[in-house]
Amino acid sequence: MLHFEAWKRFVILSVFLAGLLFALPNLVSLPFLPGKSINLGLDLRGGSHLLLRADINAVVSERLSDIAEGIRISLREEKVKFKSLSSDNNVVSFVIRDDDDYSKRDNILKEFGDDFVVETNGDTTRINFSESGFIELQSRTVEQAIEIIRRRLDPDGTKEPVIQRQGVDRILVQVPGIDDPERVKALLGRTARLTFQLVDMRVTGAEAKSSGRVPPGSVLLESSSNDGQYYVVEKRVMVSGDMLETASAGFDQNNSPAINFSLNSIGAKKFATVTGNNIGRPFAIILDGLVVSAPTIRAQIFANGQITGDFSIQESNDLALVLRAGALPAPLTVLEERSIGPGLGADSIAAGQIAAIVGVILVILFIVLSYGIYGAMASVGLLVNLMLILGALSLLQATLTLPGIAGIVLTMGMAVDSNVLIFERIREELRRGRAIRDAILAGYSRAIATIIDANLTTLIASILLYVFGSGPVRGFSVTLGIGIITSLFTAILFTRMLIVLWINATKPKTLVI
Amino acid sequence: MFRLKLIPDNPSFIFLNYFKFGFIFSAVLIVLSISSFLFQGLNLGIDFKGGTLIEAKSKSGKADVQQLRNGLQGNSFGEVSIQLFGGEDEVLIRIQKQEGDEQAQIKVIKEVNLLISDKYTVRRTEFVGPTIGAELTQKGILAVITALIAIMIYIWFRFEWQYSIAAILALSHDVISTIGFFAITSFEFNLATIAAILTISGYSINDTVVVFDRIRENFRRYKSWKQNDIINKSLNETLSRTIMTSLTTALALIAIIVFGGPVLRDFSAAMLWGVFIGTYSSIFIAAGVLTYVSLNRGEDDNGNVSKPEFEE
Repeated sequence: MLHFEAWKRFVILSVFLAGLLFALPNLVSLPFLPGKSINLGLDLRGGSHLLLRADINAVVSERLSDIAEGIRISLREEKVKFKSLSSDNNVVSFVIRDDDDYSKRDNILKEFGDDFVVETNGDTTRINFSESGFIELQSRTVEQAIEIIRRRLDPDGTKEPVIQRQGVDRILVQVPGIDDPERVKALLGRTARLTFQLVDMRVTGAEAKSSGRVPPGSVLLESSSNDGQYYVVEKRVMVSGDMLETASAGFDQNNSPAINFSLNSIGAKKFATVTGNNIGRPFAIILDGLVVSAPTIRAQIFANGQITGDFSIQESNDLALVLRAGALPAPLTVLEERSIGPGLGADSIAAGQIAAIVGVILVILFIVLSYGIYGAMASVGLLVNLMLILGALSLLQATLTLPGIAGIVLTMGMAVDSNVLIFERIREELRRGRAIRDAILAGYSRAIATIIDANLTTLIASILLYVFGSGPVRGFSVTLGIGIITSLFTAILFTRMLIVLWINATKPKTLVI
Repeated sequence: MFRLKLIPDNPSFIFLNYFKFGFIFSAVLIVLSISSFLFQGLNLGIDFKGGTLIEAKSKSGKADVQQLRNGLQGNSFGEVSIQLFGGEDEVLIRIQKQEGDEQAQIKVIKEVNLLISDKYTVRRTEFVGPTIGAELTQKGILAVITALIAIMIYIWFRFEWQYSIAAILALSHDVISTIGFFAITSFEFNLATIAAILTISGYSINDTVVVFDRIRENFRRYKSWKQNDIINKSLNETLSRTIMTSLTTALALIAIIVFGGPVLRDFSAAMLWGVFIGTYSSIFIAAGVLTYVSLNRGEDDNGNVSKPEFEE
């Protein structure tokens, strides 16, 4: 009798049942089964993968220009004489004209705290972000951007997009099952900073454009509808998008698409004041630095208004959506994009399945021809191995990609290796004239060291693939790694148990492996 | 009882006689690979080069590559390559990296989409920006080098430095000739290729370790034998297993090549080449190199370390 410890049988049975339990949801859907089915990668179920970069420099220069404006106002309030206030080259600088005013300056700058460093060089004061202030701004910007992206792509919270920070200023976005990847980019492509600013009546847009001179406190902005029109608007923002309560797509009185919005209480109060005081003046509606329209204020407006412009219905829907979601804190650049249509995904699954089935059948045929009944036992081990891989993938909720399927098929080919090593070893021991029992024991004990050495090296390769790889390559490394571990289990324990049970049951006089 | 036996029961090939032919073959292979890499270069995919790839399927009938080419070439996208992919109704359109920033690249996808959308359905678009392309290249090279070093350290730890050197020579041989394979066949070299190279490395070292394990074991078993005879014996004893495993792996790969769809085809073809070259190198390079160094015979059963025996 060949001995096989009871505890080992128990472990094998437990692993087998656990594997079965977790693999089953992939084949049948029964209500009492635990766990979920395998998480299919975007290449199999279709979807969009985008790697974005948040443009921190734009945020920095914007923040610095806000600070410059703040300092201008404070210095004026304190009656400090100054000149050359600017926020160019990512640094705010100005010159104090009267030496007695430095204490007032210090009082004003105290408010800025640790996020900034102030340098005095001769009579020039320079203010810039401190290192910690910059990192803080960066983190906050990326985190806010992630939140806004989530609200734009998944307003109902049903699509399960993956949105993660990567590295310093990058954001990974994965949206499963989207038919039109262009739409994802359209939703993320605009910052959606909405502001209402009064039009400067001192000079027309055309005059300012041709003379190149804009009155202080105002800026020259282009129209959003590409008609070559320009507006001179006051820099001061009266009402901005963050005061929106809600926005929805609708139609104006001419029945062309428009966006209806309502403001929160703070916004409504400001809006009422501005519109009440400026009846007859045009009020510019500015989106991402372009003037959408500049209607003249006819009467005082409170909470509700309408944005009209040159929109299609799709545009007005998307615009309402992004306005509801809020403005991105920084413009986003697409660094990498991979989109797979659902049709291709389904084809890939079908092809992968056929390849896996054919591969397994060929391998089984080959080992049964080579090792007879013992080859058949190894084949059972192979199928158990396949089931364990599926179970492990479901349990870990790892993502199965097309290269991942290739990894599984390859593992099927390589998993046989352990069995081949063992069988060849048993053959050798038999040829040396050992008894059946001894040959099997010696075959296993001698082959195991080799099997572990050989598999560890492949495991090293798969771990490195995981560490350095991205996307599809990672999917491959995950199944390869899991496959190596499960194949060790099936070859060293599961198939061995089968063989021992078989030998004990049939008690063959001679062993032909 | 019928048994399929590709290798006779007690093979007694004299590998020692063939090592020199192996070295010559490998030397030619390496020279060919390196010169092809230098002069012809790799057909780098967009993962490393940056650019745009669009897979489209004809809405009805065959895809007309010529017509597509005429339609797209006049649009100042620069170099556009169009080829059939998988069936006759599918095409792969590759567009080179555009002048300008990432925005310019994204614009191309939109324009091509518009141009072909009446006759084709876009099934897949991939765009890799220049920044990411450079990063992926760096990471890919790093991954291969780290893998080589990690495996070398492992072998050094489990065996001795002579084995480690032999293994790394065999492994470098496989990596270089696989890169050469890609240069000569003009298969696209992309992220998946890096995965293939690392898997080939894992497979090849797996094979090598099995042979080394047997050599070490036989040093203990046949104490009076000469080193070269032990190496030859070990190769014969492991030959059946080497061939069996290579064949089962090859069968699985052939199934992927034939049925796995066009996306996996180049990847699995490279892997098949890797199985062949990995099997070859573990015998002719890894074991072959060992015949030129003197190996420590290790501890015998009584724990005594015996001095290496020099040949000739």
